[in-house]
Amino acid sequence: MGRKLLLDKVQIENIRFYDVYRREGGYRSVEKVLKTMSPLDVVEEVKTSGLRGRGGAGFPTGLKWSFLAKPEGIPRYLIVNADESEPGTFKDRYLMELLPHLLIEGMIVSAYALGSNCSYIYIRGEYSWIVDILEQAIAEAKNNGWLGKNILGSGFDCEIYVQRGAGAYICGEETALLESLEGKRGNPRIKPPFPAVKGLWDCPTVVNNVETIAAVVPIINEGAEEYAKIGIGKSTGTKLISACGNIINQGVFEIDMTISVEEFIFSDEYCGGIANNRKLKACIPGGSSVPILPANLLLKTTKGNQRMMTYESLAEGGFQSGSMMGSGGFIVLDDNQCVVKHTYTLARFYRHESCGQCSPCREGTGWMEKILHKIENGKGKQSDIDLLWDIQRKIDGNTICPFGEAAAWPVAAAIRHFRDEFEWHIDNPELCLQKNYGIANYAKPIEILV
Amino acid sequence: MKFSEEKIKEVEKIISHFPEGKHKSALIPVLHLAQQEFGGWLSVDTMDYVATLLRIEPIEVYEVATFYSMYNLTPVGSYLFEVCHTGPCMLNGSDDIIKYIFEKLGIKPGETTGDKLFTLKTVECLGACGYAPMMQLGKNYREHLTKEKIDAIVEECRNKIIASN
Ligand SMILES: Cc1cc2nc3c(=O)[nH]c(=O)nc-3n(C[C@H](O)[C@H](O)[C@H](O)COP(=O)(O)O)c2cc1C
Ligand code: SF4
Ligand code: FES
Repeated sequence: MGRKLLLDKVQIENIRFYDVYRREGGYRSVEKVLKTMSPLDVVEEVKTSGLRGRGGAGFPTGLKWSFLAKPEGIPRYLIVNADESEPGTFKDRYLMELLPHLLIEGMIVSAYALGSNCSYIYIRGEYSWIVDILEQAIAEAKNNGWLGKNILGSGFDCEIYVQRGAGAYICGEETALLESLEGKRGNPRIKPPFPAVKGLWDCPTVVNNVETIAAVVPIINEGAEEYAKIGIGKSTGTKLISACGNIINQGVFEIDMTISVEEFIFSDEYCGGIANNRKLKACIPGGSSVPILPANLLLKTTKGNQRMMTYESLAEGGFQSGSMMGSGGFIVLDDNQCVVKHTYTLARFYRHESCGQCSPCREGTGWMEKILHKIENGKGKQSDIDLLWDIQRKIDGNTICPFGEAAAWPVAAAIRHFRDEFEWHIDNPELCLQKNYGIANYAKPIEILV
Repeated sequence: MKFSEEKIKEVEKIISHFPEGKHKSALIPVLHLAQQEFGGWLSVDTMDYVATLLRIEPIEVYEVATFYSMYNLTPVGSYLFEVCHTGPCMLNGSDDIIKYIFEKLGIKPGETTGDKLFTLKTVECLGACGYAPMMQLGKNYREHLTKEKIDAIVEECRNKIIASN
């Protein structure tokens, strides 16, 4: 059994409520930092832990915190990103639903480290019942003296508010989130200036993912050095993985980053293998935006190494033969699934969610959706595959925010690794409309395009 | 068109989450409230009322209302079935669910039944991919959908309407 730091108590009945959470040792990290540590100590501790942002980009959290500008007399803000809209990702929801106090505890410690007296949880609008859970937990924390003015007599004031979005994936991008929190459309801002300097209402701001902030609690309780001992290399600590698609046990798992992808998929402790006695065909290991990998490349890298569930190992091979940890949204496709159709649904998602500010993204996502729809429905031409390739390349790197890449990469990787499945659709316009696509189980050397 | 006194208090509470002068931040939550109070969608009148309430220009409200997918800009039925059809839900059979709703209620995505009870809408990933196929119904999610569950949900909605009449 791997180490669990976030979900170790999740099975305890009523852990969602303050009394139980406190009885089980909750809020100890707040006592520890307010009584024995300076804000800078906390930042240093988080740096030492090696914690990397769990929202997708994997940027070192302590380093990010140390960039926060601290001009005299201007408030600073901590924002928790609970927008969670990347297809395949549902871990933050799990954490907030079952352990709301863990997030609040992490927020108090983080807000203290950053000198933020007012923090917001920006949550996707559809999670409306979780808003109630969080607001109840905040009220409980406040009634018990963990929020409000002069917490534990330390002189530190802290308030937390929950703000609902209203359905827009792009509001997960941190500057779009800030615009949305200001009551506007979620159009990403041009960077620089970065939020650390000019964020919410032009004040210095840190935006962190739910899981990142929750991880601060065990880092403080266990000590950064202990935390850093878990995992391999720069992948320290534990990571929540939300696993879905054609596996036996769909759900949220906490892994310590020492297990292989193979173990994660096939062991009963985690995914439990492929459902319905089918075979593993492909997997998108880190949320819809990261490259899809065929089974052979997923389990082993081209160097023949066992692929591990770490940031580095998942990325090994770069775009040619690797993928990414991303948000930990682990989507598994069995050998009955059609990569073209799956890619089409993702392309439709990105077209729907583009904010429309940049023409390569706005127009390109629309074209990709149309062409994929054509191919999927037996109306494609061979030249469409190259056209798709061309469009995704023209989006990648030519946009205001990383959404452009997020939309381009899934299409690029699908063509790179499953080009013959696209060709097959085009050559077999009638067969491809049937449920069983006849193309399965890729275990061949990859062909490298560009 | 006006919020009840109780709802006005809720609006004031939302505004109090933000610093002095930053009341525009209340717009998104207040639009949710307005949609819920005034028939499940946002008419121009509703949006104008929200603008007056928050002391901002109507255009600032229209901009936001048209950007976010949770705001309905046209009337919807009493029960809105928002079925996710993105990748992971598709892998677990969301197409069959959408088809079954069509067979059962005769509505395609975007349509409302003649008795104005049900509207079907397809939506993109709602963060429930491990509990697929799924849909949002009001404030809650209905997960691991099957044909039998759809039958039960439709029944439940019809019963609620009968009970409220
Ligand atoms: C299109 C797009 C969508 C994103 N969605 C989310 C999201 O839903 N949740 C999240 O935490 N981060 C999301 N991010 C990443 C955020 O911009 C930001 O990097 C993150 O919240 C930082 O937190 P972390 O360092 O703790 O990961 C998204 C980024 C992009 C470009
Ligand atoms: S890349 Fe797409 S989502 Fe990002 S700012 Fe440009 S148009 Fe908007
Ligand atoms: S794909 Fe349907 S909820 Fe995520």
